[in-house]
Amino acid sequence: MAEAHPVAFQWVMEAKRRGATLIHVDPRFTRTSANSDKHIALRSGSDVILLGAVIKHVLDNDLWFEEYVRAYTNISTIITDDYLDTEDVDGVFSGFDPETGTYDTSTWAYEGETEKVDRGLPERDETLQHPRCVYQILKRHYARYTPEMVEEYCGISREDFDYLVDAIVANSGRERTTVFAYALGWTQQQGGSQMIRTSAVLQLLMGNVGRPGSGIMAMRGHANIQGATDLPTLFHILPGYLPMVKAGQESFAEYTRGVGRKEQKGFWANADIYTANLLKAWWGEHATVDNDFHFDYLPRLTGAHSTYQTLGRMLENKLDGYFIMGQNPVVGSANGRLQRKGMNNLKWLVVRDYYMIESATWWKDGPEVESGEIASEDIGTEVFFLPCANHMEKAGSFTQTQRMVQWRDQGALPPDDATSELQFIYELGQRIRAKLKDSTDERDRPLLELTWDYPVDEHGEPDAEAVLMEINGRYLTGEKAGQPLPGFAEMKADGSTEGGCWIYCGIFKDDVNQARRRKSREEQTLVAPEWGWAWPMNRRVLYNRASADPQGRPWSERKKLIWWDEEQGKWVGNDVPDFPLNKRPDDPGDPSKGGPAALAGTDAFIMQPDGRGWLFAPTGLADGPLPAHYEGPESRVPNPLYAQQSSPTGIHPQHGKDNLNAPGVKPGGDVYPYVFTTYRITEHHTAGGMSRFLPYLSELQPELYCEVSPELAEQLGLEPYGWMTIITARSAIEARVFVTERMRPLEIGGQTIHTVGLPYHWARGKQAIVTGDAVNDLIGINLDANTQIQNSKNNQCAIRPGRRPRGEALRELVREYQERAGIVEIDGQIHDATPQASHNAEDLEHTIEHADIQSDYMTKPPPSKVDESEQKGGTR
Amino acid sequence: MDTRTLLQWPIIRQLTGDDPFGRGNAVTSEATASMTPRTADADSVANSVCPYCAVGCAQLVYGKDGRVMHVEGDANSPVSRGRLCPKGAASEQLGNSPLRQTTIRYRAPYATEWTDLDYDTALDMIADRVLEARRNHWEDADDEGNTLRRTMGFASLGGATLDNEENYLIKKLFTAAGAVQLENQARI
Repeated sequence: MAEAHPVAFQWVMEAKRRGATLIHVDPRFTRTSANSDKHIALRSGSDVILLGAVIKHVLDNDLWFEEYVRAYTNISTIITDDYLDTEDVDGVFSGFDPETGTYDTSTWAYEGETEKVDRGLPERDETLQHPRCVYQILKRHYARYTPEMVEEYCGISREDFDYLVDAIVANSGRERTTVFAYALGWTQQQGGSQMIRTSAVLQLLMGNVGRPGSGIMAMRGHANIQGATDLPTLFHILPGYLPMVKAGQESFAEYTRGVGRKEQKGFWANADIYTANLLKAWWGEHATVDNDFHFDYLPRLTGAHSTYQTLGRMLENKLDGYFIMGQNPVVGSANGRLQRKGMNNLKWLVVRDYYMIESATWWKDGPEVESGEIASEDIGTEVFFLPCANHMEKAGSFTQTQRMVQWRDQGALPPDDATSELQFIYELGQRIRAKLKDSTDERDRPLLELTWDYPVDEHGEPDAEAVLMEINGRYLTGEKAGQPLPGFAEMKADGSTEGGCWIYCGIFKDDVNQARRRKSREEQTLVAPEWGWAWPMNRRVLYNRASADPQGRPWSERKKLIWWDEEQGKWVGNDVPDFPLNKRPDDPGDPSKGGPAALAGTDAFIMQPDGRGWLFAPTGLADGPLPAHYEGPESRVPNPLYAQQSSPTGIHPQHGKDNLNAPGVKPGGDVYPYVFTTYRITEHHTAGGMSRFLPYLSELQPELYCEVSPELAEQLGLEPYGWMTIITARSAIEARVFVTERMRPLEIGGQTIHTVGLPYHWARGKQAIVTGDAVNDLIGINLDANTQIQNSKNNQCAIRPGRRPRGEALRELVREYQERAGIVEIDGQIHDATPQASHNAEDLEHTIEHADIQSDYMTKPPPSKVDESEQKGGTR
Repeated sequence: MDTRTLLQWPIIRQLTGDDPFGRGNAVTSEATASMTPRTADADSVANSVCPYCAVGCAQLVYGKDGRVMHVEGDANSPVSRGRLCPKGAASEQLGNSPLRQTTIRYRAPYATEWTDLDYDTALDMIADRVLEARRNHWEDADDEGNTLRRTMGFASLGGATLDNEENYLIKKLFTAAGAVQLENQARI
C-alpha cells in the first residue's frame, strides 16, 4: 500500500500514530513492511491456509463476537443434507463435475421449505448444535487449518502466527476493530476470490463489517476501476451490477426473477425496477411496459466472454475487429506473446491513447518482429491510431476505491486531433446510426431506437453532465417530469421513470452534480460527506446498520457511526444510514411483502436475500461455498490439505503450445524450481502507457530489475546489477539482478522455496523513453473461475545468469526447458501439465483423459459455429 | 566593482540593514525578489482528480492559453490533503510530454509504416468496419433455439482511466449493436 497507494497510506500512518497495530503480510519486504509493526513473509498463494487457521483459532477458543455474529450472520442457518464438504469428498464440494471442471451448486442451498427459503427464512438452529448449521460446518471445514500447517506450508513461525492472531483478537469486539486491505496480491491468483472470501468470513466472525475502521478494503489499482465496474465495460454485467442476460432467459420476468425474487428480503427484490429503468434510459419512448421495455433488445451470453476468451477467438481467426481504448494488452495482460499473436490475426484494430504504446506498434517493433520470428509485411492487421484527450482535457467523473465519485472540470483543450472517448463513441454512434437509417432489418432496431442525443459544445464534445444526468435518472411523467430522481427508491417499473444505473441514482439530487462538491475537509466532519458523492445514496460505510447492536445502540461510544433515535423514530448518526430510515430495530419485518419491507430491524445486510452476512455462501460462487486451499497451477508443493492439488474449477486454455504450464508437482517440475511474483512500484503505472513516456518517471525508474535473495544469488552465481534470465513454460526475459534481503527463502514442507520479485511496467518497443522486457510475457493464462482473472502472483520459473539469447535462439531456449520438463515432446505432441487430483490412480487416469480431450480440441479445426463444446474447450 | 555593488553584498546589508539575522531582505537577491510562482501566469484553475491509482487524490490543474501549465495537489481534499505521489506530481508531463501523439495515424494491412488520415475519414472507415464485423459474426440464436441476438465480430478493451460517462456510453452503444465482448482493465 505504501508503494502502490502512497497517498492513501498516510491514513494508515495516522492510525498507527494513534495506537493502531499495523501488520504487513506479503512474500516481499516492501516500503509498507518498513513502516509496519511487523512484516510476516508468507509463501505466495498460501493465504487461505493462514486465514483458515485464524478462523479455526477464533472458533476453537470462542473468540468470535457472538452477539454480532448471531444477529447479523447466517451462522445458525441449516444447510441442506445433500451438501458435502471438502471434508466429505476429499477436497472438493458436492456437485462437482470433473468432466467440465464446474460445480452444480444446488446442494449448497439453505434447508427449509422452498417458499420460506425464497422469503429469506430458512431453517435455523439458534443453539448452533445442529450438525448441518453453518457454525458446525465451519468448525469441521477449518479443523485441518492448524498453526502447524501454517508453519509448515505458509512459512510463518508459530510466534508470528500467534502475534497475528492475538492482534486481530485484541483489536476486535465492541471497542475496537480490525481492517484488512488487499489489492492484486489476492485478486490475481487462481483462487483469489476465495482468498478474499476467507478474510470476509473472518471479518464477519470478528464483527468487523459495517463499522468505522472495519471491513475489507479493496485497494483498486487505477483511477476508475471501480467506475468501470459500476458502469461496466465488462462482459458479464450491465450498469449497477445487473447481470448480463444469458441464453435461455427469454423473458423480462424470468431474467429479473433470476436476479432477485419479489418475495426475497432486501433491495435486490427490486431487480425488475432497476432493469426497467435501465432499459427505459436506453430505448426511451420505444421501451414500454407492454413490450417489457425492449428486454428483447439485449444480446445474450453463452458462457464467459472475457478478454481472455476473446483472445482465444482472435487466435482462431474468429474476431474481425478490436477497440483498445486506453489499454496496453500486449504488455499488461497475461502471456504477452499470445496477445500479440492474436492481434496479428485481426482484420482491424482501433487504438486510442496518448502515446504510441506497444499495443499500437507491435506490428512494427514488437519482440517477435525484433527477433525475426515474423515480419511487418506478414501482419495483415489494419491499425487506426486515434489520439485521445487526457483527464485534464475533458470533464467527467472517476469513482475512487471507496465508491466515491469525484467530478473533474475541464482544465485545457485536447491538442490537434485528440478527442475524449466520450466524443469518439458518441460520434461513432451517430455515424453508425446514419449509415443504418434506412435499414428495415429487425436486428438494427436497437441501434436506431437507442436514445443517442446529447448536447455538444463548439468542439463537438458532448456534455458529460448530460450523460451523468441520464445515469442518475429522471421522472418522465407528472408534475416532476424532467427533474432528476433524488434516489433509487423513487424508481418505478411502470415507465414513469428512467435511470441508467440505479446505484448512481441520487448523484444529481436537487439538480446538483453532487460528485462536483468540493467543500474543504477543514469545514466538515471526518466522514466528509460533502466532498464528492459515494454510491449508494452518499453512504460512506456499507452495511453500517451493523455499527449498532441489535437494539440499535452503538456497540461502543468510540466506535459509533449510526444509531436508532427513538424520539425521532429514525436512524441517525455520522453517515447516511444504510438501512430503511424508519425501520425500528425491533421491527419483525413483513415476510408477506418481500423486499425492503420484509427486512427485520436486525437484518443489517440489506442486499442479501436473507438479510444476513454470509459466512457460508449458498450461491454466487463458482468454486465452493467456503474457501478451501488449493495450490497454484504451477506450484511444486503438494497440497497439504486435500488430495485435490490445484483449483478443480481453474481455467486453463492451452492455445496450442503457447500457454503451457510448468509440471508443478509432477515429474519435470524441478526444471522450473523458483516462484516468481509480480508487482508495481510507485514511480510507474501498470503497463507503462502513462509512465514510460514521461521524462520524470522514466528517470526515476529506468530499468526492469528482479529482486533476488542473497542466498539464491549466491547459489546461481548472479552478479549484483548484472543480468539474469528468467525462463518459464511460456517465454524468457532478462532483467537486472537486484540482490536484497527483502526476499527471503522459506522452508516449506521439507523443501526450500525461493521467490523472486518482478515489477512489470516495462516493454520492448521503440517509442517509450525507457524500455525493457515485458514481465507478463512470462505469465500463463490460468484464470479464476469466479472472475476470469489471471494468476499473476504465483508462478514457477527457471533462472540463469546473464542476458537472454537474441533472435531465434530465444524460442530455442524456451523450448529446451519445455522439453526437459516433459511438457512438449520431441514430436511436438503436447502434454497437459496442469496438476489435477493425483493422489490415486483413478484420479490420475481421469486427469490424463481430460488432458487428451483438451489436446484433441486444440488440434482439430475449430468448429464453424459457436456451440457448447467450444465454450467448454475455449474456457478450460 | 563600484561602491553601489559593494553595498549590495549580503553581509553589508545584514550589518547595516533591518535584517540582523540574515534571514530576509539582507540575503534576498534581485532575482529572488522578482520571482513569481509559476502559477501566477495561469489563466484558469480547474478542480481535477489524479488519473493514476484509485485513491482519487484531488488535483488543481492550472491552464494557460488552453494548455496545462502546472498541476498540484488540492489541500482541501479529505482524501489526499494536498499530497500527490511521484506519478500524480508528474501529471503535467502526461499532457505535455514531447512523445505525445496528437494526430491520427493509419497503418494499412501488411504495411511497414504509418500514414496520416483525417478524422472524418477515419471515423467513417471505422463505422463501416464495425458494421461489417457485426454482420460477419452475427448470431440470432443458439443450437437450441435460444435467442442470442448478438455479434461476436468485434470486441472492446478499455483502460482504467476512462470516465464513468465514457464507460456508460461504450457499454450502451456496443450493447445496442449486439456486442458482448466488452472488457476493461478492471478484469485484469
